[in-house]
Amino acid sequence: MGLVRELGKRFLGLILVLFLVTLFTALLISMVPGDPVDTLLPVSDSSPEVAAQKEELRHELNLDDSLPERYAAWVNDFVHGDFGNYYRTSGADPVRAHLADALPVSLQLMIYSQILALLVAIPLGVISAYRAGTLFDKAANTTAFALLAVPNFVLGLALAYYVGVWLGWLPPSGYVPFGDDAVEHIRRMILPAVTLAAAQVAVYMRLLRSDMVQTLQEDFIQMARSKGISDQRVLWRHALRPSSLTLLTVAGLNVGTLIGGAVIVEVLFSIPGLGTSIAQAIFERQYVALQTFVAVLAILYVLVNFAVDVLYTVVDPRIRHARARN
Amino acid sequence: MLVHETETAAAEPAVLPAEEIETAPTRRLGVFGWFSILWLGGLTLLALLAPILPLKDPDQTYLEIVRKPPIQPDHFLGGDGSGRDMLSRVIWGARTSLTISVSAVLLGLLVGGLLGLVAGYHRGKLDAALTTLFNVLLSIPALVLSLSLVAVFANSDESVSNGRKLTVLIAALAIVTVPILGRITRASALAWSEREFVKAAEVLGASHGRIMLREVLPNVAPAIMSIALLGVAVAIVAEGSLALLGVGVTEVASWGNMIALGRSDLARAPHIVAIPSIAIFCTVLALNYLGDVVRARFDVREAAL
Repeated sequence: MGLVRELGKRFLGLILVLFLVTLFTALLISMVPGDPVDTLLPVSDSSPEVAAQKEELRHELNLDDSLPERYAAWVNDFVHGDFGNYYRTSGADPVRAHLADALPVSLQLMIYSQILALLVAIPLGVISAYRAGTLFDKAANTTAFALLAVPNFVLGLALAYYVGVWLGWLPPSGYVPFGDDAVEHIRRMILPAVTLAAAQVAVYMRLLRSDMVQTLQEDFIQMARSKGISDQRVLWRHALRPSSLTLLTVAGLNVGTLIGGAVIVEVLFSIPGLGTSIAQAIFERQYVALQTFVAVLAILYVLVNFAVDVLYTVVDPRIRHARARN
Repeated sequence: MLVHETETAAAEPAVLPAEEIETAPTRRLGVFGWFSILWLGGLTLLALLAPILPLKDPDQTYLEIVRKPPIQPDHFLGGDGSGRDMLSRVIWGARTSLTISVSAVLLGLLVGGLLGLVAGYHRGKLDAALTTLFNVLLSIPALVLSLSLVAVFANSDESVSNGRKLTVLIAALAIVTVPILGRITRASALAWSEREFVKAAEVLGASHGRIMLREVLPNVAPAIMSIALLGVAVAIVAEGSLALLGVGVTEVASWGNMIALGRSDLARAPHIVAIPSIAIFCTVLALNYLGDVVRARFDVREAAL
């Protein structure tokens, strides 16, 4: 009963956040100083054709309507897959095709780096909790702390220079679709994924370690040990699972950091994902396209957060009860 | 070996108490803490004094040092892609980057701190509304939010003045820090408003404003302080990220735009990117470390009560 109510409350929250987020992105174009039409079609000749073109665009963007009407029209277009156009002198170019190309690339990058981060962070976190206070633990912690102070663009440029240019092991930029050449695809994704994963490794490792240190002091661990179960088994089978819940939540909530990071990393390594599309849209002042990309990222982020939060509420009985009580 | 015999366990405990491990390295300032203060203090001083220091003009081109590595006669850190003095640029860049990040966090602190304090102290509907506001702001990825604000209000353009770009950049980064600072202030204010001395002040007839400022705020300050330090670090990195994406200040040197400009010379002259990158790294590391120290001390204070 409490759970259903809790989930209902959460769902209402989700609707509210989605509304406000899309309101912000939908009205982004209205915030452009001056006349948005002049910005989108920067043609300074006043021939009748250009004037007609501008008028048509004004109509298409519903700029003459009131704000609520404009928002409603935007939402209607958005859910029907009409994401507006790039407005070029050569004609209108639908954003939809670009989005369909860019989104999977960004998702690939994020998934690769998330998997990489967890693969590295989990063993490191477990071992440093097991060896808490030892040299290994201190070294791992210090490294993690230092890693957190390296902005992803600095790490990315450093890797591109040393591994890409100096050592020449991996191509420093570019993208090849998996379907075209799987090996080349992986080779080109290694540096961006490592760049994006590094900070996450530090966060996850420190988190898992502090959780594990506490778990290892629990009675059931003592119990397992006194039964003569090997250290390895106690660590990986008994202690890791109760310690991993926070880690998984944070891994889910970190999608926001990952999205922001991916934007930068894509630009650095010339990967044609959403980040590159956003940078391109800003450079060309294609605000309609920018609006769409920002909306997609924000909605993605909100939905993932919601899913993680709900999952967490359902999975962990402690949270479930604590929240129901409040 | 996980289970030690009693003797060895006493000599070398396998598992320290959790809180001891967590806070022990950061509770004291230590050598590293002093280094951090020294670095940040020195940097601030250099940034403030940049106009009166005997530095080269950061925009002057010296043809003999184009892409030259550090340690040139007269140009200690070498030159950038168009032959401008790197030492002078990195110091003027510090001035820009620190102005942007510190102003953004101060602005965020003022707005977020105030809202959080009010929310945590008054609770009820106001609290619910403000918490929702914070959550909404937090639900747009920070970089994407500030990026779209700066792109819309001050896209790099000749017609947009440098002052306007700076203002927009600061405001955009402040909006990102508001919910973070607001939430932490709220949580802390909520806990402190429960304490006996707050109730006592209420009974004595002190006004809400007075209680918030005189009783709650001083206790909440350390928590805000530690997050604000981290916030400055985040803002410095954000400025760099925005510069790489082609928005932000362009007329004056900033660490971010130095890196953005140096990218094209990465293979030929890596020092152009490396020098501002190292400056960012050291500054962020120092801020993170001091933030942790403040936080550790704050927890100790709370635990001791």
